[in-house]
Amino acid sequence: MRSFAAAVVLVSATTCAFAQESKVVLKEGPGRDKAMQCIACHSVDYIQMNSRFLDKTGWTASINKMINVFGAPIPKEDVETIAGYLAQHYGKSGQK
Amino acid sequence: MKSQKGTASRRAFVAGLAGAGALGLAGSLRQALAAPVGGTAELGLAELPDGALAEQYLYALPGKLPLIKKTYRPPNFETPVEYFRTPITPNKAFFVRYHLAGIPQVKAGDWSLAVSGDAAERDLKFSLAQLKRDFKPAQVTAVNQCSGNRRGLFEPHVPGVEWGVGAMGNAVWRGVRLKDVIAKAGVKAGAIEVVLDGADHAPLDKTPDFVKSLPLEVAMRDETLIAFEMNGEPLPHWNGFPARLVVPGWTGTYWVKQLMSVKIVTQPEKNFWMSTAYRLPRGKFATPTFKSQLYAPNEPITAIVVNSLITSLKSGQQVARGKPIKVKGIAWDGGSGIDRVEISGDLGASWQRAALGRDLGRYSFREFSLDLPGRDSGALVVMARATNSAGETQVSELIHNPAGYHHNVIQRLYVEVV
Repeated sequence: MRSFAAAVVLVSATTCAFAQESKVVLKEGPGRDKAMQCIACHSVDYIQMNSRFLDKTGWTASINKMINVFGAPIPKEDVETIAGYLAQHYGKSGQK
Repeated sequence: MKSQKGTASRRAFVAGLAGAGALGLAGSLRQALAAPVGGTAELGLAELPDGALAEQYLYALPGKLPLIKKTYRPPNFETPVEYFRTPITPNKAFFVRYHLAGIPQVKAGDWSLAVSGDAAERDLKFSLAQLKRDFKPAQVTAVNQCSGNRRGLFEPHVPGVEWGVGAMGNAVWRGVRLKDVIAKAGVKAGAIEVVLDGADHAPLDKTPDFVKSLPLEVAMRDETLIAFEMNGEPLPHWNGFPARLVVPGWTGTYWVKQLMSVKIVTQPEKNFWMSTAYRLPRGKFATPTFKSQLYAPNEPITAIVVNSLITSLKSGQQVARGKPIKVKGIAWDGGSGIDRVEISGDLGASWQRAALGRDLGRYSFREFSLDLPGRDSGALVVMARATNSAGETQVSELIHNPAGYHHNVIQRLYVEVV
């Protein structure tokens, strides 16, 4: 409920827990910078947690869900790059 | 990587347990004993995805004990298995599950609950003090279990929060009846659902707000509460302070936290969280039907399926020759109540009834225990199978579904007698 949330002071207990998420680091590789757009809404441990069982098609479906259902402001031209990065580093048959 | 090699071995180990011929994998046994935090192979179940295992560890949110961190933001934290050795789950160990990262710190004095909707006779607003003063208190002991508890054990894996066994807990909830609050507003003819919204919100405006609905008849049950207290204390912030919905028997998705708004309506609520998420293929489970939500080929998840968890043994454990093997744990279901829990020490060839613990109510965890007779050196597979009063029982094989709900596969714990 947004109106309420805006009215309360958002210096929440959540802040101190969320600072911990900087410990979660995605693997180096081309496309990593584009994948970091995900942090607008969630910590990137969602990516590790969902590895390694999705192929590139599976990761593409996940990214498209984020854009089409959750409204993630990821440019369409970045989808291919991010899916390629995730498939390579966090994909079913990607680098271990 | 070492951890992945270990996981592969555990996989093989678990896979091997599917058949009776696998009772001698000493090497894999060592791997299972060295299981990572929150691993499920050690519980005699399929293992979590490699990446989930590698990324999870114990971490304490403010006011909580160290729990199994699945994700930081939004916060998703699982209760470690040791806290299920008592029938009531401590507040500080109770799991945390959010969909959206905006979680306000609500002050009890600032909070209010709005009741409205096209099927409400009048719009009302209550402060916490008014709710407590104007309505009769009510209490229920009930399991709150995430719909996706054990999702991480699905094979093949499905995307989502890769929960192990601890996205659940049992507590004594105290508050007021939702039906009393609804009655004060008055219900017009044609009301079919009650729509519930909490204070949480998404970082982006475009993300669908987490809003859920219940059939009117479930909202009007005596045991459906607006709870302020959990186990005799105010709700923890992470579990919905200052007030949350408690829907005994139904999965956690309906238990809206930081409840702000109740709407009595004449049309089905069709936001993303009702029309697309939290749905099951039709006809795969014998759970109640959400009649006003049957406008799609699938249907909403509703009641919890019967399940159990052995908490006294770990797969790969060694026990002393000739000594009884203590099999203890908890069983629960969607409100029929647990009729019996049976234990097998021979991979399901024969079953013995366990003793049930004190009955804390039909929505609660029910303890069970049985001593299997001492044995000579060798190996055995221990299983527990709960059956509820409706005659429903746990399954041997997973009923796979796309979103990973209702995992109630029987454990197969490998125990070595030495």
